[in-house]
Amino acid sequence: MSSIEVIDLTKRFGPLTAVDSISFQVEDSEVFGFLGPNGAGKTTTINVLCTLMRPTAGSAKVAGYDVASQRNAVRQSIGLVFQDPSLDDHLTAYENLQFHAHVYNVPGNERAQRIEEVLRVVELWDRRDAVVRTFSGGMKRRLEIARGILHHPRVLFLDEPTLGLDPQTREHVWEYVLELQRAHEITIFMTTHYMDEAEHCDRIAIIDQGKIVALDTPDALKRMVGVDIVTLRTEDDEQAAREIRERYGLEPQRDDTRIRLEVEAGAEFIPRVVSELGVTVKSVDLHRPTLDDVFLKLTGRAIREEEGDPSAWMRLHGRLWGRGRR
Amino acid sequence: MTTAAYGPAAGLPTRSRWAGLRANAGGVYIVWYREVLRYRRDRARLISSLGQPLLFLVVFGSGLTASLGAGLTRELGDVSYVRFLFPGIVAMAVLFTAVFSAISIVWDREFGFLREVLVAPLSRAAVVLGKALGGSTVAMCQGAILLILAPILGVSLDPLLVLKLLGLMFLTAFALTSMGILIAARLQSMEAFQMIMNFLIMPMFFLSGAFFPLRGLPAWMSVITRLDPVAYGVDPMRRLLLGANLAPGIKIANHHLGTVEDALILAAFAALMMALAVWAFEAQE
Repeated sequence: MSSIEVIDLTKRFGPLTAVDSISFQVEDSEVFGFLGPNGAGKTTTINVLCTLMRPTAGSAKVAGYDVASQRNAVRQSIGLVFQDPSLDDHLTAYENLQFHAHVYNVPGNERAQRIEEVLRVVELWDRRDAVVRTFSGGMKRRLEIARGILHHPRVLFLDEPTLGLDPQTREHVWEYVLELQRAHEITIFMTTHYMDEAEHCDRIAIIDQGKIVALDTPDALKRMVGVDIVTLRTEDDEQAAREIRERYGLEPQRDDTRIRLEVEAGAEFIPRVVSELGVTVKSVDLHRPTLDDVFLKLTGRAIREEEGDPSAWMRLHGRLWGRGRR
Repeated sequence: MTTAAYGPAAGLPTRSRWAGLRANAGGVYIVWYREVLRYRRDRARLISSLGQPLLFLVVFGSGLTASLGAGLTRELGDVSYVRFLFPGIVAMAVLFTAVFSAISIVWDREFGFLREVLVAPLSRAAVVLGKALGGSTVAMCQGAILLILAPILGVSLDPLLVLKLLGLMFLTAFALTSMGILIAARLQSMEAFQMIMNFLIMPMFFLSGAFFPLRGLPAWMSVITRLDPVAYGVDPMRRLLLGANLAPGIKIANHHLGTVEDALILAAFAALMMALAVWAFEAQE
């Protein structure tokens, strides 16, 4: 069954078409990523899917409910972690979650237990009575993730969940998210413009200028741009190269210390070559095309060129929908 | 982690009308509770919003008494100007606290919390009602704290009187918070809030009768004072605190309005503002 079903979805702001007739499906308990530069339409898509904006045309269903006509049912079924913090700074971590539990109708006899549970998952139980204003960016984001799952949503939306966090905290946040996803089989829909984060996804849609330009698993996407390069060091390069030529029909390139091979699926190739070769393999190195390469090939531009000044962009973004103007 | 079912089974029954209503009641409660919680925690706000009325009472009261003594005596009889001013200052605390509470929506928008509220499975009406009740509760408390000054000013209180005053304060606050929410739903920035303060809230305060009796005014001003909702809060409060001599009731078509009529006008204004605020909130995407 599909958790998210989008058909010909379009969203316009005046003359600007932010999302241009996109269609896709996200399966149950899939981790699905929207990858693209800022301004590509990622956040607009999330806003439509989580009922904060109405679609201009087309339709979308989340958890089986229509985002235009069954808004409350959609809202009850989803959790959200926004790009910018959306906590009440003046309340404690616990009070923020209490607020959430009430507005999402978490039954009274389960509230305390669930709040404790999610706070422990994100390791903030010890800080439950601290006012959120005193939290670091990473702690706030963790608290928001805890809040996002408090009401047991079927689909969790993460809009650039690690924007502005340091690499270590980003990794941490991902651990929580994936742990939750596995434990509760939640569907995760996330946007990012960090290539390495997109690797956590089961499938990725690459979006550019409001259109989906590619949609597949990260591996399949990368295969679009070319092959993997496997570099081997063996006890006897001479014999290894000969064997590889005969056994796999590949064309090994040798230099003084290494053998370089271009193969279709390097990760699958390596265990085979290591076990099947007659000589001992000393070391293996795999270089794979990155999603950066994929984006460049599909759009003719590198994704990083588009980033610009994130704070300026966030302000613009805030104006677009934070203030409720079209 | 428990293995509790995730998905619509958890928390989303086939929503009967009654279940929806109950869910929204929970929402109204928690939005109200947040407002009260934040008020309790914010000592600076508590002190500053008490300091301002006191400043007005002492400086204005004493200053005007000194310079306009004879004129005031002619107008007010044996009631000192400070005493006359007292109900107006209570109304002022209610007015400013109520509007300030409502306008905090602009902050919530600025700092992102409003999104948490807007994306919740909660009707906009519940959000607006909770906010208005919260703001009114806080404003009523601010007004009530000022009643401590009554004995010092020689105004005697009894439990029933206090109860009536609290009711009036709450009603006044509710009307003004609703109005504030209506404004906040459309407000772009805190700079715009400054405009609203200068061109709407301050005039509402000055023309409410808090400072001077609404008698013998130029015709144009007289008309405006009758359109000022705060006037319908100040007048009955003054009547309850100082007697009907000083507050004979706002005169409309040769009829002096009584306390109940004032309350009805406030309630009608509140209902209108509430309806408009809900509408304005629903209209924003």
